[in-house]
Amino acid sequence: MSASATLPAGLPTATPGTYEVRSSRKFQWGSPLTYLIALVLIAACIGPVLYIVLGGFRTNSQITEDPSGLPAPWVFTNYTEVLSSESFWIAMTNSAISALGTTVGVVVLGVMASYVIARYQFAGKGVMYSLFAAGLMFPMTVAITPLYLMVRTLGLTNTLAGIILPQIAFALPTTIIILVPFLRAIPKELEEAASIDGASRLGFFWRMVIPLSLPGVITTGILAFIAAWNGYMLPLFILSDPNTFTLPLGVANFASQYSVDTAKVLAFTSLSMIPALIFFSLFEKRIVGGLTGAIKG
Amino acid sequence: MSPPAGRSAGRATRPGPDWRKRAEIAVLSGPAIIVFLTFVIVPVLMAAYYGFYRWKGFGPPTDFAGLQNYVTILTDPTFHAAVGHNFVIVILSLVLQGPVAILFALLMNQKIRGRSIIRMLIFVPYVISEVIVGTGWALMMSDTGAFNTLLGKIGLENLQQSWLADPGIAMGTLMLILTWKYVGFAVILMLAGLQSIPEELYEAAAIDGATFWQQQFRITLPLLGPTIRIWAFLSIIGALQLFDLVNIIWGQYVASTAGTSTMATYMYLNGHMAGNYGYGSAVAVVLFLISLVVALVYQRFVLRRDTEGALTGDSGRKGKTK
Repeated sequence: MSASATLPAGLPTATPGTYEVRSSRKFQWGSPLTYLIALVLIAACIGPVLYIVLGGFRTNSQITEDPSGLPAPWVFTNYTEVLSSESFWIAMTNSAISALGTTVGVVVLGVMASYVIARYQFAGKGVMYSLFAAGLMFPMTVAITPLYLMVRTLGLTNTLAGIILPQIAFALPTTIIILVPFLRAIPKELEEAASIDGASRLGFFWRMVIPLSLPGVITTGILAFIAAWNGYMLPLFILSDPNTFTLPLGVANFASQYSVDTAKVLAFTSLSMIPALIFFSLFEKRIVGGLTGAIKG
Repeated sequence: MSPPAGRSAGRATRPGPDWRKRAEIAVLSGPAIIVFLTFVIVPVLMAAYYGFYRWKGFGPPTDFAGLQNYVTILTDPTFHAAVGHNFVIVILSLVLQGPVAILFALLMNQKIRGRSIIRMLIFVPYVISEVIVGTGWALMMSDTGAFNTLLGKIGLENLQQSWLADPGIAMGTLMLILTWKYVGFAVILMLAGLQSIPEELYEAAAIDGATFWQQQFRITLPLLGPTIRIWAFLSIIGALQLFDLVNIIWGQYVASTAGTSTMATYMYLNGHMAGNYGYGSAVAVVLFLISLVVALVYQRFVLRRDTEGALTGDSGRKGKTK
């Protein structure tokens, strides 16, 4: 009743398309202050990125004379040269394959294992969960040398599979920890109803579990994608052939190769962050939504 | 259709033969377990094994050294310094990022114009890679970089510093960059936590005459407790294992003189770069054990309080339930 009493006082609700943030606090922050803080915040977050992007539009002599200035005049050759260079597109393709392969692998393996942990009763279930959870404790840093030897033994150095498989393995703990509460939250009654209707446990898995856990799946998929896209240490150890370089290695390689050509390095750097930014902006709402479910569980 | 007896307590009580259930468990969890064991657990165990050897990485390790590697590590002053830096980073990350993230999340949970754009822009630093962040910030903060020039332009020449090289300042610079890079992740988590707080609580509090800030301190913060504690846990573990940014900005050799070396950069320098894989593995084991002890202590004394709904000490409101 209090809800219905206060509802009319609420502001015009969120525009369609924004997701259901429960923010109809009746209290209104002093608006100018809020906007001021927001502006400062945005400036702080975006400033360094703008520096990189704008730096790519300058010449080296402009950068040397005034490192904090704006492009004057604007120069586009840095960007066009990077965009027409083969190494940039090779690294871009490799990163895309690595990130997509990792994402698909993590989601498929993660959902299956989480389903077992969340909804089956068997001896060793607790051990299985603890095993994966313990993985959170092992950063790639700890395992990187033996990991390199393992990949070498399997003959996977200088292949994208050599980074995709370890990336899947190291993303599994987070994935499982986020997904298990999602899968547990699916009401038992649903499963019983499906069973009465003749669905097998696996049928229930495909028809009900996958759709219902989609927010969690998307969240974990995005986290794995970004981690793979940005990964630095693993490719550094596994990949030495420039034809297999991913973008972070490409950036690092380019930066050392053209260390005097700051402007071009900045152009290369800004172009390499675009895909992850697009990907993230498309799915950003899902990330917040997915984590909400995980934390509730 | 004979349901296995005695399993009624579980969730998945379904009719079906037992072997079939086992097959399903094996098929569903098998691939994940195999990949996980092969690329995480086995390498970690191998690191523990190599740690007892003097080994240059060629052929099987034969030169058994016992605990010699560990003795060397634990008596090395540069390692002590690195551990100290790690713990400074742990503490400062919590103190700097926590309050900032909560404020940002509160801000972004308000109804203001352009909220979704603000939300997206705040996450930009989190999404771009460490290599990009490191490359960009290293250029900006260098002695003749954009930051010092900017200070000069606005008449603050006396604030110009050697941001990256001065041992008294470099840690501060690192914390600035870390906060910039990772606060977005904390905000995502806090925002998710905020959205799970029932709106009715605020309405009831408003009816009782609670001001905005009273609502935040009495409702938001306590109910955000579990989220804060999970974030703090992830932040602590991440800070103990910090490598990429330090390595990219300071390189392998400068980090220790600039006072920003970490256990992981120490491991990279003295293990991988020096070709001493046995020694590097031993450092990895020490790094792991330190993280493990911290994590266990944290879980024992902080995470278990979640049922009580109290706040952790790092926000300075220990035990203050309403």
